[in-house]
Amino acid sequence: MDTTTVNNFKSEEYFINMGPQHPATHGVLRLLLTIDGEIIKKVEPDLGYIHRSIEKMCERDSYQQIVHLTDRMDYLSSHINNEAVCLTVENALQLEIPERVKVIRTIIGELTRIASHCLWWGVMGMDVGALTTYFYGFRDREMINDIFEETCGARLTMNYNIPGGLMFDIHPNFVKRTKEFVAHFKTKIPEYNRLLTGNVIFQKRMKGVGILTKEDAISFGASGPVARGSGYSCDVRKHHPYSALDKVTFKEALKTEGDSLSRYEVRIQEMWESLSIIEQLIDNIPEGEHKVATKAVIKLPKGEFYQKVETARGELGVFINSTGTKNPYRLKFRSPGFSNLSLLNHIAVGGKIGDLVASMATLDLVIPDIDR
Amino acid sequence: MTNEALQNIISSWIPELEFTEEDSQFLTIIVKPEQLHQLMSQLKSTSETNFDYLFCVTGMDWGKELGVIYHLESTTHRHIIVVKVKTEDKENPTLDTVSNIWRTAEFHEREVFDFFGIKFNNHPNLKRLFLTNEWDGFPLRKDYVDETNMIIK
Repeated sequence: MDTTTVNNFKSEEYFINMGPQHPATHGVLRLLLTIDGEIIKKVEPDLGYIHRSIEKMCERDSYQQIVHLTDRMDYLSSHINNEAVCLTVENALQLEIPERVKVIRTIIGELTRIASHCLWWGVMGMDVGALTTYFYGFRDREMINDIFEETCGARLTMNYNIPGGLMFDIHPNFVKRTKEFVAHFKTKIPEYNRLLTGNVIFQKRMKGVGILTKEDAISFGASGPVARGSGYSCDVRKHHPYSALDKVTFKEALKTEGDSLSRYEVRIQEMWESLSIIEQLIDNIPEGEHKVATKAVIKLPKGEFYQKVETARGELGVFINSTGTKNPYRLKFRSPGFSNLSLLNHIAVGGKIGDLVASMATLDLVIPDIDR
Repeated sequence: MTNEALQNIISSWIPELEFTEEDSQFLTIIVKPEQLHQLMSQLKSTSETNFDYLFCVTGMDWGKELGVIYHLESTTHRHIIVVKVKTEDKENPTLDTVSNIWRTAEFHEREVFDFFGIKFNNHPNLKRLFLTNEWDGFPLRKDYVDETNMIIK
């Protein structure tokens, strides 16, 4: 008997909204999904819900004021954002920054990276259905925030950097508490792995999902753990070291698979490397001043200045075009999240909506960083 | 590769390019709009230069001219170059897209269009990115005025 397959149901593409209030978009990101059944045909991000035009605001502000605006971009890497602007201004003025400042900036920068990755890890687990990780991640991040609070008064939007150095010296407890944290956190990363990394359900959700090749990563301008998960060596700390990063040795975390799991593993590896950087520096903070004096009104020389730094999300670039006045003529932030978001359509098409949530979690998007 | 060697190679492709190292830490090329696409695709495809990583696209309003600044890096040679393109047409500024060379340019050019009103020929999806479609004017231009939302000192 001959059998033929008859398709009784017509396949139809339709259109749904994800966000701007969807919990998995972590902020006010709206995705317009074109789907056929559960298969994604197209993802189009709709941006601008938290756009404040920081670049335009910078054109009327002084260089000291601009530093404060950068906290509000990628708020999980606020210290590193501040550092980027300060470094650009200092390089333009050719200021000699004390060694003490460089080392403290690097230590706090790495603590920021760990705090950001802790939050990402907790939320990542929650996105794929493991609610417990959220509390573990936040428990450890809280210790870092306490250190920050003691030293600079703020837990999230730190404003500890100023052009010329640091706003004030570190708190006497800083070294002790940082060492306590490093010792504590070394026992916790294995716990993270026991809890989530080896979990069979988690592995199945992540392995082979959202594959990004190295060529595509470069073409899409990806940076940070997203690009390093595809085997593209792009760590700014390695290739264009700044502050005290040329004095430490660390391994750039690289994975070649390019799927969600490899992006996950790169971040876990990065936490180990950040701990190692902190350990190398924490006992050797040089004595000296915590800032050098700058003029009350900073005027940059005429010209163009560019500085890139590695935030927890990837490469942040600050481009200043100055005409020699007290405000920048044009200031551009090249934010890592913006370029990383642009490849979401590329890695999500052909997958299911559940896979989209998993790959989006491993992109680690912070929406104010994208919208600026 | 040194800036001098880069300059020699690139100027052999298109003779009338303007090179400068003044006022910037990188070698800067100033290119005419009609030669932009040819230059960019050669920068990417030639193996000695191999600028495969476009990391920053900045829209600019120089007053009399509008334009775009491209920051390029090579992931194999690790050298950096800056390409500037300017157009004097402020009513209907149009440049060629480079999104078929680097995919990242697709989003970055939409941002430039949104804030500066520069149109890009052959762009696959050129529409506003951050602002709403009804928005009037291009806010990052220097002559933009919005009395309600802008604080002018």
